[in-house]
Amino acid sequence: MSDFSSHPGLAPTRPGTNLPEQSVSDLARSVKRTVEDAFGYVRVRGEISQPKRHTSGHLYLRLKDDAAVIEAVCWKGTVARLSIRPEEGMEVVCTGKLTTYPGRSQYQLVIDSMELAGEGALLKMLEERKKRLAAEGLFDAERKKPLPFLPRVIGVVTSPTGAVIRDILHRLADRFPRPVLLWPVAVQGEGAAAQVARAIQGFNRLEPGGPVPRPDLLIVARGGGSLEDLMAFNEEIVVRAAAESRIPLISAVGHETDTTLIDFASDRRAPTPTAAAEMAVPVRADLLDQVLDDERRLHRAMTRALDQRRTLVQGLARGLGDPQSLLNGLSQRLDDRGERLTLSMRAGIERNQGAVRQLGLKLRHPRDVLRLAVTRLDGAARALRTGLDGALRLSDGRYHRIADRLSDRALRRSLADGTARLADLPPRLDRAHLAGLTAKADRLAQLGRLLESVSHRGVLSRGFALVTDADGQPVTRAADLMDGQRVAIAFQDGDRPAVIGAPTPSAKPARSRKQAEIPPQGRLF
Amino acid sequence: MTDQTLPPDIAALSFEDALAELERIVRQLEEGKAKLDDAIQSYERGTWLKRHCEAKLREAQAKVDRITIAADGTIGAEPARLD
Repeated sequence: MSDFSSHPGLAPTRPGTNLPEQSVSDLARSVKRTVEDAFGYVRVRGEISQPKRHTSGHLYLRLKDDAAVIEAVCWKGTVARLSIRPEEGMEVVCTGKLTTYPGRSQYQLVIDSMELAGEGALLKMLEERKKRLAAEGLFDAERKKPLPFLPRVIGVVTSPTGAVIRDILHRLADRFPRPVLLWPVAVQGEGAAAQVARAIQGFNRLEPGGPVPRPDLLIVARGGGSLEDLMAFNEEIVVRAAAESRIPLISAVGHETDTTLIDFASDRRAPTPTAAAEMAVPVRADLLDQVLDDERRLHRAMTRALDQRRTLVQGLARGLGDPQSLLNGLSQRLDDRGERLTLSMRAGIERNQGAVRQLGLKLRHPRDVLRLAVTRLDGAARALRTGLDGALRLSDGRYHRIADRLSDRALRRSLADGTARLADLPPRLDRAHLAGLTAKADRLAQLGRLLESVSHRGVLSRGFALVTDADGQPVTRAADLMDGQRVAIAFQDGDRPAVIGAPTPSAKPARSRKQAEIPPQGRLF
Repeated sequence: MTDQTLPPDIAALSFEDALAELERIVRQLEEGKAKLDDAIQSYERGTWLKRHCEAKLREAQAKVDRITIAADGTIGAEPARLD
């Protein structure tokens, strides 16, 4: 606090008071000095009101709470470095100094830095934004594109200065050097978000085969920093640009523990820029090893395949046996067979020769056969003649003997005998015949008598009668007769016709009585 | 290496695909079940694939370009000078 009374150069202007008189400017200057000395570095929390960007680039605003208002200004150079974009109603904590503006009797806060009031508020805002973008589907898993195994060109969106791009290039060089296209952007402060978004869109707009090669992988990277420092990567335009990128995109913002909204929209999230480079490319040396190993295996497998087949062929060849020995054996068999053939041929010939000789010996000359046949023929002719002569002589003798015996004497004698016997026969025949006849007559008479004795005729003679029907058949039962039936009654001396039935007026009672007695008589038979 | 005789279908393969096919051929041959003629064909193709893979691996280059934007908005690139 200045002591006005001790201020030099001030003189009393009125009697009775020793207060020196001073100019407005002096006073204003004095106030300014006092304020700046007393409030050279302050942190003040308040709500932003009426932020206004002047064409000069400076930002004017008010900080207020429920009871007071302080004018504030943020010079152009500082605005660019602010981690947040001041907006109406934003609760912020500003750091800076108090000064006065003598021209308008104002005091104001000159802001050096500005941050959101409390992490909670910022995080709450981010959480709401995240939910909103997620609801649009920007973070959906099916939007994620696979990274190329070995990108031809890698596009990197980051600050051209600083450690991030160097870390990425170093790691790429270690693993697999690739052509890199750097799209330089501011990674914090005003305009950073817009630049990052434009860079992502710009890479996507590059035509394949154009003068600038289109990357097939993007890395959006930034080094570590406070939550406010990373705010550009939470901005909606950046998140949307990342989500809409057709080129696969790796986000690598801040350190491992930092998560920004671009990480949800990117295809892969790397915890650090270095890790992004590791995701981007495989290790060349490993691949080279793998290729060389494959080559060795290729050779080995092929060699083994050939060896196996060679061994197999050799084994089979052994299985086939030595053709020479095979031939030798066969040749020997052939020799043996040949020899046996010769021997057997010779033996056969000899055997046949013997047989021929034998047969030849048995074979007589046709002349001999003829001579023999002639001899036999002569013999036979002689025997024939002799036999014929003998037979003739024999027959001649027999003829004479039979002729001698042939005379009619015997015939005559037989004739005389026959004649005598013929004369003798008739008387004998008569006698015999007569005797037989008498005997037969006697026998006949005898039989006649016998017959008479057994005939019914005899019964008839004793007074019985025989009734016969129209056919002459005897009637033996009264039941066989019907009234009016005609019958014949045989008596001893002859037959009489009769009619069966009750006596008619014309009939005589005696007759009917006699007829009625017949059936009982019949029972006697 | 005679790249001009590299079969065009192999030359068109990406490194990844070429390596995958090479591995497949190696496994097949190692199984040793293929007919000899097929095995020889596979072997030849495997050799080409290996050459192709090697060539792809040799393409490694550390060129770093920096995007420039002309006043009319056209995008160009120039060698980046970092550090």
